[in-house]
Amino acid sequence: MGEEFVRLSDVTKRFGSAPPALDAVSGSIRGGEITGLIGPDGAGKTTLIRLMTGLILPDSGVIEVLGFDTQKNPAGIQASIGYMPQRFGLYEDLSVQENLDLYADLRGLPLAERPAVFDELLTFTDLKRFTGRLAGKLSGGMKQKLGLACALLKKPRLLLLDEPGVGVDPISRRDLWTMVEDLTREGIGVLWSTAYLDEAEACDRVLLLNEGKLLFTGTPSGLTGRVDGRVFKLGGIEGRRRPILTKVLDQKGVVDGVIQGEAIRLVLDAPEPQGWKATDVAGRAAALSPAAPRFEDAFVDMLGGGPGGESKLADAAIPRDQNEGRAVIEARGLTKRFGDFTAASDITFSIPRGQIFGLLGPNGAGKSTTFKMLCGLLKPTEGEGRVAGFDLRHDTAEARNRLGYMAQKFSLYGDLSVAQNLAFFAGVYGLSGARKRERITLMTDIFDFRSILGMSAKDLPLGLKQRLALACAVLHEPEALFLDEPTSGVDPITRREFWTHINGLVEKGVTVLVTTHFMDEAEYCDRISLIYRGRSIALGSPDELKASVAGKDIPDPTMEDAFIALVQNSDLAETA
Amino acid sequence: MWWTRLKALIIKELLAILRDPRGRLILIGPPILQLVIFSYAATLEVKNIDVLVLNQDSGAWSQELVNRIAGAPTFRSIERVGSPDALRARIDAQQAIAAIHIGPTFSRDIAAGRPADLQIILDGRRSNAAQIVAGYLNQIVNQLSAEIGAGARGAGQAVTVVPRNWFNQNLIFQWFMVPNLVAAIALLIGLVVTALSIARERELGTFDQLMVSPLRTHEILIGKVIPPMIIGTFHMTIYILAAVFIFGVPLRGSLLMLYGSSIFYLLSVVGVGLFISALSMTQQQAILGAFLFMVPAMLLSGFATPIENMPDWLQPITYASPLRYFLVIVRGVFLKDLPFNEAMNNTIPLAIIAFLTLAAAAWLFRRRME
Repeated sequence: MGEEFVRLSDVTKRFGSAPPALDAVSGSIRGGEITGLIGPDGAGKTTLIRLMTGLILPDSGVIEVLGFDTQKNPAGIQASIGYMPQRFGLYEDLSVQENLDLYADLRGLPLAERPAVFDELLTFTDLKRFTGRLAGKLSGGMKQKLGLACALLKKPRLLLLDEPGVGVDPISRRDLWTMVEDLTREGIGVLWSTAYLDEAEACDRVLLLNEGKLLFTGTPSGLTGRVDGRVFKLGGIEGRRRPILTKVLDQKGVVDGVIQGEAIRLVLDAPEPQGWKATDVAGRAAALSPAAPRFEDAFVDMLGGGPGGESKLADAAIPRDQNEGRAVIEARGLTKRFGDFTAASDITFSIPRGQIFGLLGPNGAGKSTTFKMLCGLLKPTEGEGRVAGFDLRHDTAEARNRLGYMAQKFSLYGDLSVAQNLAFFAGVYGLSGARKRERITLMTDIFDFRSILGMSAKDLPLGLKQRLALACAVLHEPEALFLDEPTSGVDPITRREFWTHINGLVEKGVTVLVTTHFMDEAEYCDRISLIYRGRSIALGSPDELKASVAGKDIPDPTMEDAFIALVQNSDLAETA
Repeated sequence: MWWTRLKALIIKELLAILRDPRGRLILIGPPILQLVIFSYAATLEVKNIDVLVLNQDSGAWSQELVNRIAGAPTFRSIERVGSPDALRARIDAQQAIAAIHIGPTFSRDIAAGRPADLQIILDGRRSNAAQIVAGYLNQIVNQLSAEIGAGARGAGQAVTVVPRNWFNQNLIFQWFMVPNLVAAIALLIGLVVTALSIARERELGTFDQLMVSPLRTHEILIGKVIPPMIIGTFHMTIYILAAVFIFGVPLRGSLLMLYGSSIFYLLSVVGVGLFISALSMTQQQAILGAFLFMVPAMLLSGFATPIENMPDWLQPITYASPLRYFLVIVRGVFLKDLPFNEAMNNTIPLAIIAFLTLAAAAWLFRRRME
């Protein structure tokens, strides 16, 4: 066990009159280890990191970094740490080399040492081929690697990384992780902050934050240990798995449940079901088999379990005829070229009524382009997209009246109140008079907005923003829902609540297209198209995709394994 | 159906501006500042001048001249200096803008009926004010020489010039400036509010949300045009009220005509604003773009300096500034009873500019969708 590089004792930080951003946090970071700072957006991760750098000071409590008190000697700390902020301060109009030179100047790296250091870092980050390229033109993963290189110019003893995994595809993320592991072998202490709970499992030690409070500190297995023997996979489900999930969640003693491919993943409050049997709820062939606990299972358990399976929103929805047969969302040979760059090439799929279809892929691979062409934000160069049978180019208004859209950043009008946002979206979708009042009242009741109707949307906590965005997207009862990274960064409870509504709506015949880079979220889909370099390189159900890469190396691949293997196979085929 | 959508959008636009503290600041701060600065501080009149006198003559005529200058209300003080060096030093230090050098033979020459010389020294670093001061001094000197009667310049006596200022009898600066400001404020507010509107949505990510809604492109454009026009009309009204009730500017023409042509003026301004907005990715770029247009548009409009003074090659460019036309209308309605056909002549170009800028904005807006 390495020595303690950072010691936090009862650290509290407030901004204005809001509840504390950090509330009596105590913990430590050790040398030679990766410490994960885990928590959803708004949990206080960035605040804690900035406190450690001495850039801001705590209201109370003491932070000691490498033996220095942040109150008394912030300069001493800043000289011996490496800090990579969320959007690393790369100068986008400077080349990779110029960025390195600049940071070498700022950090006072002696000229004589530079060639060797640059060479080592460029080799380490595999950026040697790109030294002349502008930083702004690098992919998300390469930017993070360059950011890391800049933070490592003067070998720090402690490296603070604020969400290095954001905007980075799984492959680059694995690369980054390997690099950081190499560093810990030299005795460097690394803090890796993230909202992705799967990253937590790989850390040596974690600090789990939620709403400014430290929920857990210790090894990841220490946390997952609390649900050991209580995590199960419900397989052999007969019929549609979403209504069965609803039923299962209502059984006694079920703490959490999510869809995982064809199966349902469950956390129970006891080592076996109390008073119900798998066969009662999921058909004769159904069976519970134990599963290895994950960090997220434990986190949800710690927060007191997920929400129930009922969706009031879905209950209020009118069922749509499921047997119409024709596809609700259709992509036929969608192609988009920007100059001589092909962002999406010949993408074809169709989504039947009442299904969830996922677009999965690294950033910049073309999944957003495809998504945008299908909801009418981009005109395809070739091919066509249809929603509910209407061509997006010709019958724009008809098609748009039938689609609901929810973007990554919850595109709400921050300065408008909750009520004004609802009224605006109702009006824009042509609802007026009694119908408008009726729908808005319904949404207010379902999502429990009554007490916050007058609040500005920007002042809402993240979870409520998510609810409001969903309410605005479904006000006009769309047949098709377009969700662009809908639950990025939100806490697992809010995420479950969101998917409960979506699952419910899907059972009522709503069709969903979702882009995501959450591998767990991909498992909620009926089918997935994996987009890479502008092409769809794989199409199938999550289980099919996983099965397609299963082999003796990985007998039971995760979605992330499948993703990486499929992308690498595609690269091999390209070079062959 | 389309009206429901449009109404929702217009209400949203107005709320988004009014509920945003920064938005409210833009609507209140700059208009007050502009009114105060332009009507009180940025005055082009030359008042409170200090003049130096180097009088080497001891006769009665030089005394008379100095007395007359001292008596003129434009000049605050007269300071006598003893030598050309002292005079040079004072002008050098910008302690006076003008100096009068009266030679030793001034009175003697006049008495003898010879042409008398008088030197006026002006600080050319402040060329505009210096010119005006020279004008004042000349006027005083001319009057003096006219009264000499028997003097050699007596010949010029036959013509007497009696200036009379129409429309603004006392040449009150604010009568000229405040009506101009009515046009300028509409330009400032119309441009900034519009330029920010789309850029703000782009930055917040709500723009895509708008684009996937059933709102058609032209409905979005109309929804973006109307709110700044309402706000612009509001500010114009405040300024018109201030002109009449605070600054006492006469309102001689038809308000109906003023408001009628202001629709086209605002449309053309908002068209430019939309164009800038469609071009910018961030609010910062939008503000920068708005000022990049506004400053030349003001300078080339005849706002402060007559268009006739500009070189011939520059003058055609002034036709592109909507402010140029609206200034004629606004000044005309205030200071003289602007005839209808003259208002029309200046409104038609505004309508053309509005059509062109709005069409360009719509085109760019659609193109950006690709």
